[in-house]
Amino acid sequence: MEIVNAVNSDIVTSTKIVWALVVPLIGAICVSMTGKKPNLRESISVISAVILCSTVLTMVSPVLDGKIFYYQLFKILPGITVTLRADAFSMIFALVASSLWVIAAFYSMGYMRGLHEHAQTRFNTCFAIAIFGAIGVAFSDNLFTMYLFYEIVSVCTYPLVAHHQDEEGYEGAKKYIVYLTTTAKGLLLPALAIIYVMTGTLDFPYNIQDGMFAADANGAIVTMLFIFCLFGFAKNGLMPVHHWLPGAMVAPTPVSALLHAVAVVKVGVFSTTRMMLYGFGTDTMSALNLGIPTAYFVGFTIVMASVIALTKDNLKARLAYSTVSQLSYIMLGVCLLTPHGIAGGLIHISNHAFSKITLFFCAGAIYVATRKKNISEMSGLAKTMPFTFGAFAIASLSMIGAPPVAGFVTKWELLVGTIESGSFGIILVLLASTLLNVAYFAPVTYKAFFGKRPEGEPYEGIKEAPLSMVIPLCTCCFISVIIGIYPNFFMNLVKAVIG
Amino acid sequence: MDFLIMNEGFPLLSTLVFLPLAGAFVLLFLPGENVQRIWTMIITTVTAVISFSLYTGFDSTTAKYQFGEHVSWIPSLNIYYTMGIDGISLLLVLLTTFIMPLCVMGSWTYIQKRVKEFMICLLIMETAMVGVFMALDFVLFYVLWEAMLIPMYLLIAVWGGPRKVYASIKFFLYTLSGSVMLLVAIIALYLHTGTFSIPMMMGQDYSNTMQIWVFLAFFLAFAIKVPMFPFHTWLPAAHVEAPTAGSVILASILLKMGTYGFLRFCLPITPLATLSLGPYILWLSIAAILYGGFTALAQSDMKKLIAYSSVGHMGFVTLGIFFLNKQGLEGAILQMINHGVTTGALFLCVGMMYERTHSRELADHSGIAQNVPIFVSFLTVFSLSSLAFPATNSFVGEFLILASAFSENKIIGGAAIPGAILAAAYMMRLLQYVLFKGPGRPDLADLNVREIATLAPLLVFVFWIGLAPEPFLSVLHTSVDYLLQQVDVAKSAQMAMVMLP
Repeated sequence: MEIVNAVNSDIVTSTKIVWALVVPLIGAICVSMTGKKPNLRESISVISAVILCSTVLTMVSPVLDGKIFYYQLFKILPGITVTLRADAFSMIFALVASSLWVIAAFYSMGYMRGLHEHAQTRFNTCFAIAIFGAIGVAFSDNLFTMYLFYEIVSVCTYPLVAHHQDEEGYEGAKKYIVYLTTTAKGLLLPALAIIYVMTGTLDFPYNIQDGMFAADANGAIVTMLFIFCLFGFAKNGLMPVHHWLPGAMVAPTPVSALLHAVAVVKVGVFSTTRMMLYGFGTDTMSALNLGIPTAYFVGFTIVMASVIALTKDNLKARLAYSTVSQLSYIMLGVCLLTPHGIAGGLIHISNHAFSKITLFFCAGAIYVATRKKNISEMSGLAKTMPFTFGAFAIASLSMIGAPPVAGFVTKWELLVGTIESGSFGIILVLLASTLLNVAYFAPVTYKAFFGKRPEGEPYEGIKEAPLSMVIPLCTCCFISVIIGIYPNFFMNLVKAVIG
Repeated sequence: MDFLIMNEGFPLLSTLVFLPLAGAFVLLFLPGENVQRIWTMIITTVTAVISFSLYTGFDSTTAKYQFGEHVSWIPSLNIYYTMGIDGISLLLVLLTTFIMPLCVMGSWTYIQKRVKEFMICLLIMETAMVGVFMALDFVLFYVLWEAMLIPMYLLIAVWGGPRKVYASIKFFLYTLSGSVMLLVAIIALYLHTGTFSIPMMMGQDYSNTMQIWVFLAFFLAFAIKVPMFPFHTWLPAAHVEAPTAGSVILASILLKMGTYGFLRFCLPITPLATLSLGPYILWLSIAAILYGGFTALAQSDMKKLIAYSSVGHMGFVTLGIFFLNKQGLEGAILQMINHGVTTGALFLCVGMMYERTHSRELADHSGIAQNVPIFVSFLTVFSLSSLAFPATNSFVGEFLILASAFSENKIIGGAAIPGAILAAAYMMRLLQYVLFKGPGRPDLADLNVREIATLAPLLVFVFWIGLAPEPFLSVLHTSVDYLLQQVDVAKSAQMAMVMLP
């Protein structure tokens, strides 16, 4: 290990970060080659997930001590490299993605086998490559590397969305790829080229203040680039480029759970916030007054998506719109540009991930156990599926932001941040969204626990989903509670980002 | 002869030019189709191996033409056999010698009738193509330029598809009419300078009017070859009807002759005309990018889809050339190589499937991913490369061109972006068909070892150029700098003339 240079922390060249990146890739290759033997195939998935997760975990404490892992893989052009970096910000996302892959690997085994799905090898392979992409985005040291892995995630999740290979699947997948590649090619690619022309490099600095642009850079162009990045990373689900997300819910539930509540959408939000904090920097953002107007803009998405969620009877669709709304919390927090605001936004990356994956896991478990997709058909089911609906209730409390579940920490930090920034309109947004969250989550739980089964549809034959699904969902729910009561694990990383 | 570094010892360039021709001559007497195939394979491979020593012996610190050969040919008319290569032609020569063995491998079983004649055509093509990139005498250049036409015509007209007569004649007429204009320009320049030496024609103070006319004549010849919108209509017809090897040669190398012509002749010989007419060509390039993209999106024939995508990709190349800055030119030259690698590979892929299904329709190949996984893996990578996926070769070239566009003119840069989106759209559409839609074809066999060996080298280059393009770009720097300097000198000379009382 050699020390490259010292900014505020030590930058250490280490191949460990490369290993973390290639583990899911090797996993994907092995999975694709062992397709004929389901047991071996799924063991490989789980083993690679465990190796990845433990590798990432070993990096946490050095990063908390102020170290930054760094490794340059390829040099493309002067100022454009494929370089990996693991700093505190990367670790938040890498931890979430890698730990949830372990849980999701177990869950998808139960789900896919429970439903006798076809093409499970392709499914597992693409799943692992998607994780590879997500980890790559987390560990990106520059905009080019981020763009590279961002596109890898887009392409390799396409087969997952189209998994059922029916008309609905193709429609959803088409919408998915059209939205994601059009925004990436149409907005990100020119943004990359313009930034490269302006600054001669695409490297991110090591703190959240400076940004990539010189102080005398043309404000109008920087503002334009900011807008390009905001909509270019369309995986962040910001309105009006959010349509792909509900469309992609035709995918099998493990995909919806891990990819469309965690990996894919978080890749979008992570990239957007990385670009805001490190690409533009808080100094540039406040100098050009980009923070609060953007906060109001994403505030619109928060409220609007919640209102749409209210109208959806399909549980996964409701969760999808809830995701659209919750993702904007993260961007809203960062746009406040106050320490508590940024903390609230970043901590929501992990809080939302654990809670939302629980909700999706529950939706999948309900489907496997009862083949029910609509909320109106779920009355009274909690009597026979107490664990699933119990977990659902707790996770929805987290979405609402009630203590002691994870979401409360977010809400608290965001409210403090809003008051710090002095924009009280945002408080109204947060309050309205909380009420709307209650309005669309509470009925689900209420009906399940206290509703009656409709005439002619008895409980007979309905029981909890297989253990390989119930245990993961309960684990995620448990973690949601733990990080609500002891938020310090992720909070320390967030504090290291803010400095 | 101060522009030429003479070759000492072994005449490398002449060997590369005449070895395939000699091979073709020997082929006349060889019996047996397999012997003929193997012989052609040996000749093209040996040529490729020899050409590699051009790269190792190349001095990238000088802009002069290297490995020079200069022999008197027709003294009374001042015509010489002059050959030499600089950074711009080096990569194109290597691309040619490298693609040819793959063409032979790709036609191993595809061509079943008149194998000997087919291989002879391929070898003569190689001689002409390699020679065009090396010739430094205009008459030599023109002879080789025209010499390419006949074997290419035969490749389409004899071994082509159902509408081969229409396609081959259209190809011939279009290219020939362009060549005639080239001849006119050559004679006009000769009358003015008294020499046919290309480097000696550069940097002369031709009048503005003459430059415009010569430029237009050049432009017509090269724009048809590229082909630039609206001179592109021969290309889809030729591609669709040509056999695989013909399509690959056409896409990978023949199209590059047009853009090579712009670089070698238009910019240094008629710099003032380039400066005044360049902006119009930029918009023509944008038209090509968008037109090629939209038309490719509407195709149901895979070869046509790739042919129209070529129109769009070559639009990016001309866009890079006529911004007249370093990034753009280097991006354009790299993109020429990239297009050769990627589109050549895509045509090889389509040819391999055509051998099995006797169809090029997307609908006939829907859902074959489950039956031919190896083939589909190759196709996926090459398609991604074609849509300029990051970390593949085309991204580097396209990014350099876009960066130069945004540094010179943001409006034109912005106008090119829909082209990038369209590239993603039509390639994703192709992939969606092949990977998913439809029931699949259980009767298809996956690629055999020979076919994998044909595609694998191209795959290596896709990632090599995509991840570490430095070895390819480093040979360009000096030559591109010198080219820009030639244009700048003309520009400042003209400004000085205007300033004079």
